[in-house]
Amino acid sequence: MRAAALNAAGVLVAVVTLAPIVWMISTAFKPRTEIFSLTPHILPAHPTVSNFDKVFSGSAIGISFWTFFKNSLYVTGAAVLASSLLSLLAAVAVARFRFKFRTTFLIMLLVVQMLPQQALVIALFINFRALNLLDSLTGLALVYTAFALPISIWMLRNFVAAVPREMEEAAAIDGAGPARIFWRILFPLIAPGLVATSVFSFIYAWNEYIFALTFLSPNFPAKFTLPIYVTYFMGQRSSDWGAIMAASTLYTIPPIVFFLLVQRRMARGLVAGAVKG
Amino acid sequence: MTKLSTQDRPGQLGRSWDRAPQYPAGLPAGARIGTFVRRHRLAPYLLLIPALIGVGWLIVWPTIQVGLFSFQNYGILQLAGVAPARWVGLANFTAIFKDPEFWVSLRNSCVFAVIVVPLTLVTGTCVGLLLNRLGRRMSVFVSATTLLAWATPTVAATVIFYWIFNPDGGVVDWALARLPTWLGGGAATWAGFNWMSSALPVYTVATLLLVWQGFPFIAVSVLAGLKTVPGEMYEAARVDGAGPWQVFWKITYPLLKPIFLVLLLLSVIWDFGVFPQLYILTGSGANLDEYNLGIYVYQKAFSTPPSYGLGGALALVLTVILLVITVGYVRASIRQGALQ
Repeated sequence: MRAAALNAAGVLVAVVTLAPIVWMISTAFKPRTEIFSLTPHILPAHPTVSNFDKVFSGSAIGISFWTFFKNSLYVTGAAVLASSLLSLLAAVAVARFRFKFRTTFLIMLLVVQMLPQQALVIALFINFRALNLLDSLTGLALVYTAFALPISIWMLRNFVAAVPREMEEAAAIDGAGPARIFWRILFPLIAPGLVATSVFSFIYAWNEYIFALTFLSPNFPAKFTLPIYVTYFMGQRSSDWGAIMAASTLYTIPPIVFFLLVQRRMARGLVAGAVKG
Repeated sequence: MTKLSTQDRPGQLGRSWDRAPQYPAGLPAGARIGTFVRRHRLAPYLLLIPALIGVGWLIVWPTIQVGLFSFQNYGILQLAGVAPARWVGLANFTAIFKDPEFWVSLRNSCVFAVIVVPLTLVTGTCVGLLLNRLGRRMSVFVSATTLLAWATPTVAATVIFYWIFNPDGGVVDWALARLPTWLGGGAATWAGFNWMSSALPVYTVATLLLVWQGFPFIAVSVLAGLKTVPGEMYEAARVDGAGPWQVFWKITYPLLKPIFLVLLLLSVIWDFGVFPQLYILTGSGANLDEYNLGIYVYQKAFSTPPSYGLGGALALVLTVILLVITVGYVRASIRQGALQ
């Protein structure tokens, strides 16, 4: 009885949570007549891929979805790689060394995360305009790298600190140099941590709206990242909800796939079995 | 001549690669640089430099610049380099505080945070408690669905809600129109009701959207906290005859208080100046009554003609408000031992 009530509550939470996502996907597969039908159905009665065709062929705004997909992939990939590398170095510094300004640096990381992006975008817009980095995907990748750093360093530091020092020392006694110790001992053990932080930087860069909105002008739509494309699409074709939902479904797939892929690795034990006794 | 390595220097933790023996002079340059780095304990600074350059150039310096702009008349002419920026003292700030729009958007931001933050926290906590009580399979299923909501990009989520609440073909208006009148439904009010044209309906949609997006993170954090509470404590309480309400307030809440504090502060910071969701829902901030501080800052800075000075002054006000909350966040984190 009690378990049944709990399960019912669980199902209710799942249904309410999934409803908007299901509605997006279902609308994406509906023909126009069904989208504006007087009695909406949860699932399309006559599913069609014509909405996806429109998005891929670019017949709606003149440019194919793939252009924007590639833009987003480039910006996000570059930001994830660069921020992982930089935050790994910084995390080793704060987790393995005690030095002057260490606490200052850690507090700065906390404070910096809280600065409103609406404030920073003003100065960055002016600076990037002078550097010719507006309407540039590289410019966006730079910004995303920097903004992913504080949380990445903050998270990775715990993973580095969790690696037992005895392992590094044992390797050193066996004659391994710093580089070898890093790649053979430290790196494999903090790889799950790198996966976890790269999930955060991926989601941040893939989602980011305000910098892309400000830096990418409507004069160069071919430079748009996916979030700007989806809202631009909505502005241009405000009643073509089938195509808008198809675009937004496609935009949602990568983070969800990425999430499912790394979830197992994230869950895997940190140093399980590496040090016994 | 080989010197013995100076091990266990005070104030330093043992690190294998920091302890290699020092090389005699005459070795290759790489080895000599290595010795120099070790002798002066430069390794942590060298490791930090790349991250510091990134954060300094793209976050810290722009923050300082915005602070400077707020005391200048920086606009389109200064951007184009036609006229130099002049210092105008507090003129930007007095202009803002005289603008009734500022007070409207400040009010909207405050009211929105006061409503959305508790709603998100309560929903998330309830789901977290539920996940902890469910059987293994059910728990995995429900947390997977909530993670889907969390992984849905902000812009996609906003566009979905925009469509669900659309006056033309939106499913919410359709459902409300069919609801009996005594429940507040009826076609007269709801058929083709436009949710985006005035402040109260827009903020209602934004509230639902932000709770939907925000509760999974709270639920997962609360669940992680609950896993650390020893089961015996609950058993003991139950043996003593405590009901679930009492158990929560007497055991769970005191133990998870640090987590709740951090989640509360983070939620306030996220929701107070929330930008993309409101900007898209309000149609690029067309209606002045619908502004919150986040949109007001953006509109002042980037409207035509742009006024980076006014925008900077507003951004400074927003930053100061958020920093006051952040101080609370940092102190809460330190109390949890986050800086060790």
